[in-house]
Amino acid sequence: MLSKRIIPCLDVREGKTTKGVKFQNNVEIGDPVEMARFYYEAGADELVFYDITASHEKRDIMIDVVKRVAETIFIPFSVGGGIRTLEDMRTVLLAGAEKVSVNSAAVKNPDIIRQGAQAFGNQCVVLGMDVKHVGQKEGIPSGYEIVINGGRTYMGMDALEWAKRAQDLGAGEICLNSIDADGTKDGYEMNLTRLISDAVDIPVIASGGAGTPSHLADILTQGRADAALIASMVHFGTYTVNEIKGYLQEKGVKVRKTW
Amino acid sequence: MIAIVDYGAGNLTSVARAVSFLGYTPRVTRDPAEIAGADRIIFPGVGAAGSAMTGMEERGIDGAMKQAFGAGTPMLGICVGCQIIMDKSQENDARCLGLIPGEVHAFPEKMDSGDGYPLKVPHMGWNGLEVVQDHPLFQGVGKDDEFYFVHSYFPVPKDPKAVFGRTDYGVTFASAIGTDNLFATQFHLEKSGEPGLLILKNFCVWKPC
Repeated sequence: MLSKRIIPCLDVREGKTTKGVKFQNNVEIGDPVEMARFYYEAGADELVFYDITASHEKRDIMIDVVKRVAETIFIPFSVGGGIRTLEDMRTVLLAGAEKVSVNSAAVKNPDIIRQGAQAFGNQCVVLGMDVKHVGQKEGIPSGYEIVINGGRTYMGMDALEWAKRAQDLGAGEICLNSIDADGTKDGYEMNLTRLISDAVDIPVIASGGAGTPSHLADILTQGRADAALIASMVHFGTYTVNEIKGYLQEKGVKVRKTW
Repeated sequence: MIAIVDYGAGNLTSVARAVSFLGYTPRVTRDPAEIAGADRIIFPGVGAAGSAMTGMEERGIDGAMKQAFGAGTPMLGICVGCQIIMDKSQENDARCLGLIPGEVHAFPEKMDSGDGYPLKVPHMGWNGLEVVQDHPLFQGVGKDDEFYFVHSYFPVPKDPKAVFGRTDYGVTFASAIGTDNLFATQFHLEKSGEPGLLILKNFCVWKPC
């Protein structure tokens, strides 16, 4: 039986890992390669890296990080942030990432999903979605809207429709981030996660809001998520990956035993 | 020299990196002569068995693979590499190398997950391995160890003696198969953490009898 995946997420800015709340006030918390090795040994099932470097010219720093991570850990990891073209995707995958995640670029040009899936295989293409609850209104029947630019720009796109369309275009997985829940440590956005998980056949990674192991248990059972992204709760040493997994196992959630 | 066969079927660098990490020297190659003469051969791969076979045939590697198999060279297939050693694949009805008798089947549609929703295909993520037959490459592997899978098809050997490990996902399928000097895993050894590296390391010193 397949295990639910526990995935630490590292935001990387100019080669350093950072962490913010609701995409703001980022503080530096360490070297991404060392942290990758730490989480690899600590039982992480996969890792996610987001390059939040503002300047496109400094992207080479991230590619170097990806290469060093790939030489250091032997579990899958994905890289997102600033991926704009098929060539950007290729560079990241050749540097050693297992998957590449597209977000804003796919919103602006959905065909990049199709192109990426065709060139590298569906399993390589993750759609990152940043979503805000706006209530049901015209053009947003689900009440959840796609936002970009760290939650500042509303795109007038319905999150549920976008998820289904991305699957049809060839996305192999969805990383679903709730802007409302991000960094709050109050729990994942249950309604949103369940809504998207029920509507698509590809795996859904829940993101944003994890504060305690019970939040993961809830989202991986009631929320029907296939995987859960974690950041603050492990970055600051509040919990270890194995503590979280141990708790999940007690609650009857199937996890990969790494302790 | 450990040859990593480049037949245009995806990410070879991650396997090469894992082999280097273990202290061995990998050589990514598409040269049939080099492959036929290698000390050991690893053939990873993602994607469809049919296009993988086309990639092999276009490069003239299929003959080199059969030659090495006959000569007793230790060989390791990973993921699609575990499928192309069968006779044929249901995926586009592709003819394969035929080193192990049997076919490659797709996961059935709408497999029950037990909670009212169909299981998702591809089978992607970490899953267990039930060792059904001992093998030198399994030395040190624990019964709780899990491995990383990404696939929609799996091998179905005719002879149960070719099955060394099994995994459950809606159906029970052969996830580790082999015969003589050939071994193959449907899961990604290079992405399966320490247990994956262990099998890879065991392969690097394996002396098939």
